[in-house]
Amino acid sequence: MTIGPTSTKTEPATTPPRDDAAPAPAARPTTPRKPARAPLTNRLAVNIVIGVFVIYTLGPVLWLFFAAASDADALSAAEVFNLKDFALWDNISTLFTLEDGIYGRWYVNTIIYAGLGGIIAALISAACGYAFDKYHFQHKEKLFGLVLLAVMVPQTVLALPLYLIASQVGVVNTFWAVFIPLLFNPFGVYLGRIFSEGYVPDEVLDAARVDGTGELTMFFKVSLKMLAPGIMTIFLFQLTAIWNNFFLPMVMLTDQELFPVALGLYNWNSMATVSPEYTLVVIAGSLLGLLPLVLAFMLLQRFWKAGLTAGSVK
Amino acid sequence: MTTEVTPRPTGRGSRGAKQSARPATVSSGRRQRNRASAVLMAPFFLLLAMVFVAPLLTALWMSFFAQDSSGLGFGPVEQSFVGLRSYTAVLGDPTFMGSLGLILIFCLVYIPIVTAGALSLALLMDSGLAKLRSVMQMGLFLPHAVPGIIAAIIWLYLYTPGISPITEALGSLNLEIDFLSVNLAVPAVVNIAVWTSLGYYSVIFFAALQAIPREVLEASRVDGADALRTAVMVKVPMIRSSVVMVLLFSTIWTLQLFTEPMLLSHATPAINSRFSPSMYIYDAAFTRNNYGIAAAASVVLLVASMLISYGLTRFSGRLQREEGR
Repeated sequence: MTIGPTSTKTEPATTPPRDDAAPAPAARPTTPRKPARAPLTNRLAVNIVIGVFVIYTLGPVLWLFFAAASDADALSAAEVFNLKDFALWDNISTLFTLEDGIYGRWYVNTIIYAGLGGIIAALISAACGYAFDKYHFQHKEKLFGLVLLAVMVPQTVLALPLYLIASQVGVVNTFWAVFIPLLFNPFGVYLGRIFSEGYVPDEVLDAARVDGTGELTMFFKVSLKMLAPGIMTIFLFQLTAIWNNFFLPMVMLTDQELFPVALGLYNWNSMATVSPEYTLVVIAGSLLGLLPLVLAFMLLQRFWKAGLTAGSVK
Repeated sequence: MTTEVTPRPTGRGSRGAKQSARPATVSSGRRQRNRASAVLMAPFFLLLAMVFVAPLLTALWMSFFAQDSSGLGFGPVEQSFVGLRSYTAVLGDPTFMGSLGLILIFCLVYIPIVTAGALSLALLMDSGLAKLRSVMQMGLFLPHAVPGIIAAIIWLYLYTPGISPITEALGSLNLEIDFLSVNLAVPAVVNIAVWTSLGYYSVIFFAALQAIPREVLEASRVDGADALRTAVMVKVPMIRSSVVMVLLFSTIWTLQLFTEPMLLSHATPAINSRFSPSMYIYDAAFTRNNYGIAAAASVVLLVASMLISYGLTRFSGRLQREEGR
């Protein structure tokens, strides 16, 4: 029952995620377990407690939306919620024109780092996890131990030596200095191994072998399709991780043109302490900066939920 | 961690046996398989070597050397072996020990709060009394989709007097609270951490709770246990692997703590530039340009991480054995 892939009861998700966008059911039927009617007070209390927590989690994001739609006067008077002057579009147009519209550049950069990087990282990790699951070789579990070890090492420990290595190679302050390290996703290998166990039956592979299919052809033609929902899950995890990443770009980059949104907003926010006109821009930029991830999580609920079960139920 | 990883024993042996029944194809098949596994694993292990093993070795090596660069950093860098001097300097530095102390506070405050909170929430959601569960789950989960820097920006403004509706509302109740004051700086960072992860962990727990076999819960009901008793005595022990995973995640998160205090440090003198170990490393490397110190601090943080995760996996191993009994 550790985080190692001990195979107990369920495979990653008993039903592989489907593509349709209907609300995702959990792995088991979600009907209430308690048939007897609970007292009204209990039901009320439970829902109030949950409601309070939801207000705690949603409130700040709602505030961000209202603040991004306010003008400077309403913001500094802490009156963002009455929306006397709806200034969202003004704020957004300021955001995209300030400093020659560099925010747009950051946005595109982030999409490339996180989108492209996430896809490549997910494929690399899934292929490796698949090989860990389906093949036997010497010292396999020791190697897998090394992968799990890498999960535990704080990224900040690696940043300074990575910076020095990058400056030796001469790639500091380039796209690659940020992009390549972000492709490394050991947790994805762990997930990939579990998904491969759950989604790709050995019998199918044996049948393909009898038909004389080569091992690599088999991976690309047969297994990859079955692994697709798992790869999607790993992609979502990695997308979030890269979108969140701030330390590495901060260490590697000095050229503003290469910044991701996170680093750009951080810089602008530092300026806002001296020149308050940046405040609204930072708020509007934050709102736009969190939209893609929130949308991704809402539309792809099935996939991250599959990831949660894979990581924990085992 | 490595020692606890048990390969799945089932199903494997049988396939091997089947193969040995067809000796003619074994050797070419095995060679092909070895090649395939090497090809599939190569990209990942290449990355592992480049961005994990090489930096680790570099950090270790650098921690034993001091760099003296002449001429504003453009001249040749002189390396001199200094043995453990960087380590004694780091471990004797009260600001570094203070940043480690902060990690300890987080382990004692943030991790228990977030784990207990998420577990209670998940049990409430699983109690069968909760309405609109999937909407509520989405709402709880939302902060996880908010990038760390943006979460920190939102809370920074929610802490800033004059802008924050919270301090405004407290002010109208005659409560003057400055969240950015010296005494509240650590709770302010803890709150951001809890906000970011509480819903995420509760969804992890909820997913695990949903996978508990029905019969177990039926049995507990037949035994006359009420809902609370079932929750504490039956459900929680059954999802302990998830609990261990959440402990592991939140520990890793704590050890990396950087983004949130870094952002807040611009707004409050209560958070200095060496608040957390990662900030200390950043400060040593890129503000003080003392790579030896930064490398030694990195190695100390690494060792601390390893010790904590080793302790956690030992702990989970013990749970597992108890479960076996």
